[in-house]
Amino acid sequence: MKIIVCIKQVPGTSEVAVDPDTGVLKRSGIDSKMNPYDLYAIETALRIKERCDAHVKVLSMGPPQAREVIEEAYWMGADEGVLLSDRKFAGADVLATAFTLSQGIKVGGIPDLIICGKQTTDGDTAQVGPEMAEFLDIPHVTNVNRIVETRPDVLVVDMDLPDSIQTVEVRYPCLITVEKGIYEPRLPSFVRKTETKDRPVPVLKLKDFEDTDEINYGLTGSPTQVRRIFPPAANVEQQIWQDAPEILAKRIYGAMLEEKLI
Amino acid sequence: MGKIIIHQERITDYEALTELCPFDAIEVVRRPVNGHDIDLGAGAQGYSLLKALRINENCKVCKLCVKNGPEGVFEFVEEKRPAIDKTQWRGIAVYVDHAEGNIHPVTYELIGKAKAMAAKIQHPVFCVFMGHDIGPQAEKLLAYGVDEVFVYDDEALAHFRIEPYTAAFEDFIAGQKPAIVLVGGTTVGRSLAPRTAARFRTGLTADCTILDVQDNTDLDQIRPAFGGNIMAHIYTPNHRPQFATVRYKIFSAPACELKPHGKITPQHIAREKLHSAIRVLDMQRKQFDRGIEEAEALVVAGRGVGKEENLALVQQLADKLGAQMACTRPLAENGWMDPKRQIGLSGRTVKPKLIITCGVSGAVQFTAGMDGAERIIAINTDPQAPIFKVAHYGLVGDLNEILPHLIKYLQSHGDAVECAA
Repeated sequence: MKIIVCIKQVPGTSEVAVDPDTGVLKRSGIDSKMNPYDLYAIETALRIKERCDAHVKVLSMGPPQAREVIEEAYWMGADEGVLLSDRKFAGADVLATAFTLSQGIKVGGIPDLIICGKQTTDGDTAQVGPEMAEFLDIPHVTNVNRIVETRPDVLVVDMDLPDSIQTVEVRYPCLITVEKGIYEPRLPSFVRKTETKDRPVPVLKLKDFEDTDEINYGLTGSPTQVRRIFPPAANVEQQIWQDAPEILAKRIYGAMLEEKLI
Repeated sequence: MGKIIIHQERITDYEALTELCPFDAIEVVRRPVNGHDIDLGAGAQGYSLLKALRINENCKVCKLCVKNGPEGVFEFVEEKRPAIDKTQWRGIAVYVDHAEGNIHPVTYELIGKAKAMAAKIQHPVFCVFMGHDIGPQAEKLLAYGVDEVFVYDDEALAHFRIEPYTAAFEDFIAGQKPAIVLVGGTTVGRSLAPRTAARFRTGLTADCTILDVQDNTDLDQIRPAFGGNIMAHIYTPNHRPQFATVRYKIFSAPACELKPHGKITPQHIAREKLHSAIRVLDMQRKQFDRGIEEAEALVVAGRGVGKEENLALVQQLADKLGAQMACTRPLAENGWMDPKRQIGLSGRTVKPKLIITCGVSGAVQFTAGMDGAERIIAINTDPQAPIFKVAHYGLVGDLNEILPHLIKYLQSHGDAVECAA
């Protein structure tokens, strides 16, 4: 079975400075890390690999430095990796990102299974997986919290809905997004790190894709744009007290009585 | 939409210009003369390596280099797509989220917002309802003042499967051409909305906290962003329809209309279009527990409680108030509390009459899930904690010292009330 796991490098911290004049965020110099949700996606792929002899490839879109997360996936046990990196991908929103990823996947051929983490900690949208599946014209299942069975022609998974758990069977090729907690992700292994130290991370650019029309990528290929950025609204009618604990308790009790909150 | 080009011939100091970019996207390279990106004008001859400036993949097209760089070196070139005709797209459509016909209340909240926006631009409000044997349920939607409910009723739609649901949604959108499509940010909504948006190659903003509409029918899609320290106003200037998802309890449910005026329109879709590679094998209902979203009063534990044992104190406060306990992301992630009790962008949104936060710092991802509460009381040792920006009452102090006193007051209050009864 061929599996591709889509992963992303995200800022290490959510504390981000914003340039007050342009409203643009300043991210340079901040530690980067693998999107935590993707660790669960990689682990899911590796568990399936253990069960039924699969080939696991990781794929990421980002600046050249994003090769670091692909290497980290190698140390966890991924067999292969590829980085989609091109200036022409810059400024992409979800649609353009999903399209770029789907084009990158097509270069090597659509695998049996694509696994994505539920969302990223910087974008938080949880949209890229479903949009990729649409571009690849394959079925998708989100909120997978258990791989029940891997049969030769179908995958059986549990889907976590608010009121129920649905067990569904989906034919290959397909895409799934997995929840945090589906498995305990393994740590990168020192042995694998040594074994894979010379394994390259090939880079694909726009010119390598089936669709080389720039209009579908990056900022130009993004139907959504950021119009403006502004600070969150401050609350009105506030009272902030600093006093001894017993006094604070008495005051707030009084306020709650007055406002008929108790 | 466009790209940044560099006029190499106007550069004097290459290295200095690399400082312009906060993302390290500008670099100095060496290139052959008459190579790809350099045009030194007619008459340039010979082959040698020249210094040049190049923009690499780190570029976020923020245009700071254009703004702050030396005159004429960096230029932003607009790439104009033909403008679409927005008058061809009319209506604000709300996807009806449901489980076996039971309509999720987020649907009503979105209908309320849709009606408010529709009034501004004189557009109709639609509902799209897909499932099996859902006819009687569709009537409920008319009570909220919807103009037309489009019903796709087919056995193939009995359970949510992505392909038939997307096909039905596509059929509706292609037929009615709504300007705006609102979908609840539920499990189903967050799977269906992006797929459908991609099918139409259009934009979608997830988890909006504020929505509004412009006279030209552009939807203002506003949400916290970039780690939550700022609000981003996103829009879809040149694509239709405009999709947005909104989580439960961000908006309030509207009142019912006295005289529903809308109609129900059954839709027909060819069976072949409802094919699917997915089969539902089994469904296990979860035990319904009264979620924190329904609570009138909530007490939230944050990292400031310190030790897991101290949660008992916070629980005591909750009990005295008849409130439910909730928590922030860290406490859900380290297993101290059930993730179902987590408030925030990646948890639940709540709108109680009273919420008391104990040891919660108040990052925007948290406050986005509760800042609509009627009365917010915050307890934190740090006077700079961002929670104090949203609280009505802020207590700067240690919750472990304050709570015992407060609980005593509440206890005596409870006793007094009991005696009076």
